[in-house]
Amino acid sequence: MIEVDNVWKEYGDQIVLERVSLTIADRAFVALVGPSGCGKTTFLKLLLGDERPSQGTIRLDGKLLAPEPGPDRGVVFQRYSVFPHLTVLGNVLLGKEFSASRIAARLGGATRRAAIEEARALIAEVGLTGSEEKYPAQLSGGMQQRLALAQALIMKPRVLLLDEPFGALDPGIRADIHVLMKRLWNETNLTVVMVTHDMREAFTLATRVVAFERPRNAPAERDRYGASLSQDISVWPPRVAGGGDPDTLTLSPDRDDPIHPTGPSRDDPAHPA
Amino acid sequence: MRLINIKPSRMTQLLLALLPFVLLVVAYGIGSAARLAANPSDKLLPALGAITDAVNRLAFLPDPRTGEYTLWSDTLASLGRLFAALGISTAIALVVGMLVGMIPYLRALLAPFLAAISMVPPLALLPILFIALGLGETSKITLIVIGVAPIMIRDLVLRVLELPREMIVKAETLGGTSWQIGLRVVLPQILPRLITSLRLQLGPAWLFLIAAEAISADSGLGYRIFLVRRYLSMDVIFPYVIWITLLAVLTNLLLDWLRIRIFPWSELGKGT
Ligand SMILES: Nc1ncnc2c1ncn2[C@@H]1O[C@H](COP(=O)(O)OP(=O)(O)O)[C@@H](O)[C@H]1O
Ligand SMILES: [Mg+2]
Repeated sequence: MIEVDNVWKEYGDQIVLERVSLTIADRAFVALVGPSGCGKTTFLKLLLGDERPSQGTIRLDGKLLAPEPGPDRGVVFQRYSVFPHLTVLGNVLLGKEFSASRIAARLGGATRRAAIEEARALIAEVGLTGSEEKYPAQLSGGMQQRLALAQALIMKPRVLLLDEPFGALDPGIRADIHVLMKRLWNETNLTVVMVTHDMREAFTLATRVVAFERPRNAPAERDRYGASLSQDISVWPPRVAGGGDPDTLTLSPDRDDPIHPTGPSRDDPAHPA
Repeated sequence: MRLINIKPSRMTQLLLALLPFVLLVVAYGIGSAARLAANPSDKLLPALGAITDAVNRLAFLPDPRTGEYTLWSDTLASLGRLFAALGISTAIALVVGMLVGMIPYLRALLAPFLAAISMVPPLALLPILFIALGLGETSKITLIVIGVAPIMIRDLVLRVLELPREMIVKAETLGGTSWQIGLRVVLPQILPRLITSLRLQLGPAWLFLIAAEAISADSGLGYRIFLVRRYLSMDVIFPYVIWITLLAVLTNLLLDWLRIRIFPWSELGKGT
């Protein structure tokens, strides 16, 4: 459970967020929406521990959040989420190597084989089988974001934070990755907080949609009043993680998304048709 | 068709690349012939034949006094100094550049100092180095290190700071410690840049080497050039200059080839 209690965030004289209080249940999928520049990324950075609140507290499972990012909170950004100098397999392995080998940060022997096994399973899960030895620059945008998901998930984080992760993708590819995202959320023990500027995406994926808004937005007042929660909508009919029939989930992307059969996705040039 | 859209074929490209070199040699030949016709004892632009004679004498015949092959012993002495200095500079740049780039406290401590240090004109320090370190190899190598290391450090610090913040945060969420992130995320990504930085410092490094050798040395390419200058031996100076250029060009190509071989991914993202 994430408890955000009366959080303010100021940068110098500018108040970005004010009076934000929010409780996020375990295994919820929360979509954060709001106009550009209203502080969605800032809020996500607070949850991540990359920024600290100017006032107020954030607790994860009752404990105050550590003041820096850690392996309990995974993240996927819109860009730069994967490492360009590592192959697909290397990217997914990195978290394992960090936790298993403190000095060399590399694995060998049986532990390495076990880690590779686990990484390959995750790579298959996100539909990147066959691309293990490729570098990110050789992947399409959609494949890079799937890689970023696999890389984050190998740490088995409690919370997955997503900052407009699919914002730069084409609509068709986005629909594919929505199906994947739903499946991952269903199958893993994850609480997801996703920033998006796309309302349809928010209602397609989330169990709950939270809107940020700046109540006073006149130019003279902009700096002195931050954004706070303006809407908090539970999606109807309620979605429950692990509750859905996986088949229906994969076969019916959603409402107005085009339907795609399962199997290799269209943004995977690595897969022969 | 627009000029900006007309592209040469591979063969034309090769011929075009050779053309300026050929023209330079032809122009030299004409100039030299004209001067020699006016004054057969002219030393400024010796005939191409005289130059090949000198190369032959320096490269393939032992010096009657020392028994050494002058060009090779000079080359060995100079390259020894140059590579020692570049090796030391690269090692310093890597360690200091990474630490200063990654650790905010060290950056606060050292960044302004480095910015100031890299503005000191190294050649102005040469007399101090000769007085403090003597006239031997140490002072020459130190001069080159002082000349190139600060710039390489600053370049690497900038490169570390250019790494997207998202990438570092991502590594933190994968559980990496400062050391692990340095080793597995930062280091591999700045190594290609370190090689490029080294390539760009080859020119200055040669400059400092030849300056040091000109003033005090008993062997080396720079030493030889400044020695034969007294006799107006252009037939020696020209091939030496060409040889130095060739060495620098080859080192440059070799380093770039190494970068692509060792870090194939550093070539992939280009152009996107
Ligand atoms: N590090 C920072 N320093 C100063 N101001 C910042 C910083 N980060 C964000 N801001 C400001 O906070 C506001 C909200 O930014 P952001 O959270 O990125 O908005 P969103 O993600 O909703 O588009 C913007 O006005 C931005 O200028
Ligand atoms: Mg944002």
